[in-house]
Amino acid sequence: MAGNLKLIKNPLSKENPITVQVLGICSSLAVTAQLKPAIVMSLSVIVVVALSNVVVSLLRNTIPQRIRIIVQLVIVSMMVILVDQILKAFVYEISKQLSVFVGLIITNCIVMGRLEAYAMSHKPYVSFLDGIGNGLGYSFILITMGFIRELFGSGTLLGYRIIPESLYEAGYANNGLMIMPPMALIIVGIIIWIHRSRNKDLCEK
Amino acid sequence: MFSNRYIFVYSTVLVVVAAAVLAIAAVGLKPFQDQNEKVEKMQQLLSSVGISSTVDSAEDLYEKYFTEEYAVNTEGKVVSSYVDGKQNGDVRPFSIDMNKEMDKIKNNSGDVALPVFVCTKEDGRKNYVVPVVGNGLWGGIWGNIAVDEDLNTIVGVNFGHKSETPGLGGEIVTDKFQSQFKGKSIFGKDGGNVELAVIKRADKTDAYQVDAISGATITSTGVSDMLKNCLGLYIEFFRTLKTK
Repeated sequence: MAGNLKLIKNPLSKENPITVQVLGICSSLAVTAQLKPAIVMSLSVIVVVALSNVVVSLLRNTIPQRIRIIVQLVIVSMMVILVDQILKAFVYEISKQLSVFVGLIITNCIVMGRLEAYAMSHKPYVSFLDGIGNGLGYSFILITMGFIRELFGSGTLLGYRIIPESLYEAGYANNGLMIMPPMALIIVGIIIWIHRSRNKDLCEK
Repeated sequence: MFSNRYIFVYSTVLVVVAAAVLAIAAVGLKPFQDQNEKVEKMQQLLSSVGISSTVDSAEDLYEKYFTEEYAVNTEGKVVSSYVDGKQNGDVRPFSIDMNKEMDKIKNNSGDVALPVFVCTKEDGRKNYVVPVVGNGLWGGIWGNIAVDEDLNTIVGVNFGHKSETPGLGGEIVTDKFQSQFKGKSIFGKDGGNVELAVIKRADKTDAYQVDAISGATITSTGVSDMLKNCLGLYIEFFRTLKTK
């Protein structure tokens, strides 16, 4: 049991997909200008990583080594399109929020990364947990970034105004750079910096 | 090791299975998706004339207020209509895809049918809603423009977009941007061209100027062009209405 719990806990910090494995950086820059898309993207990535981990793990002994990447890609694309179709049919509002981001999950390196590194060599149940764990680790960073960027870039959170009007009248201005992708990269950098200074064993010699 | 034969068979089976699953899902879920899109379109039309609706109430409210739908050509002639539940002409104007009509105009192919939705308010005033479509920075943008009985003053608008940047171009869907259009005039004094424009540092007292979104120049210009291109097509129709 303790081993299974580790599968969920480790990706949150010591094996975080973004800050340590450096996977999924591209989407973390694209969807974090506001908090809401960051949260919705996080949820869909958790679902897709967990499900495709299970499917690939079930098929792992039948997949020929030489075409394994293509096989994984087909499975991931199928999952993503299915998720997209189901969202469109039953939770239309949320699917509109996600729009292009659902398609972006196919290219999210975390999904392929976990399939290659874990699901291809482990049983379905632990692969499922590994998917959930990594999805959560990804979500944690994404939501942190969305929070910082929306708060300082637009002065709102989830669309609600947080920074009071009086402060704007006193001369405060939103930081326009926060909304731009370069600032997202800088924020990831800062998060990695803080993370490593607290976990010395992660630093390369 | 797996033989080549195994690899070929395996990949063929995998792809066929994946395709079958997706095809079944697409066909099975299509009615739900179509219904969602229909309701969404009704909600957008309702919101452009200032009537708020929920997913459940949209269909009833739409039937109550939007009693007339017309499809017109660029000469202002009505080619088909849908009044009080009776359809006259080839298509119901509600199901016309504005994007396809704009393509026809661009390629100069085929007869166009441009939809107009007439909303009769409780006080008897009629609002004319016309759909508009155009391009933003990353993909399509669209909207509905509701025009008052004088066929010039805007009652309300709503916009949508496929993939504009959240926080920048995506702001066109916010009330803050859309409320600026209320009360603005569309056509020039001589009843001619579309004068309404979205520009930087707009003069808010000017009846033809709406302030652009800073940091989203291309999306703002896209909205401006969309208004010019699409509303311009209705000039003749509005002119015939006025002379009635």
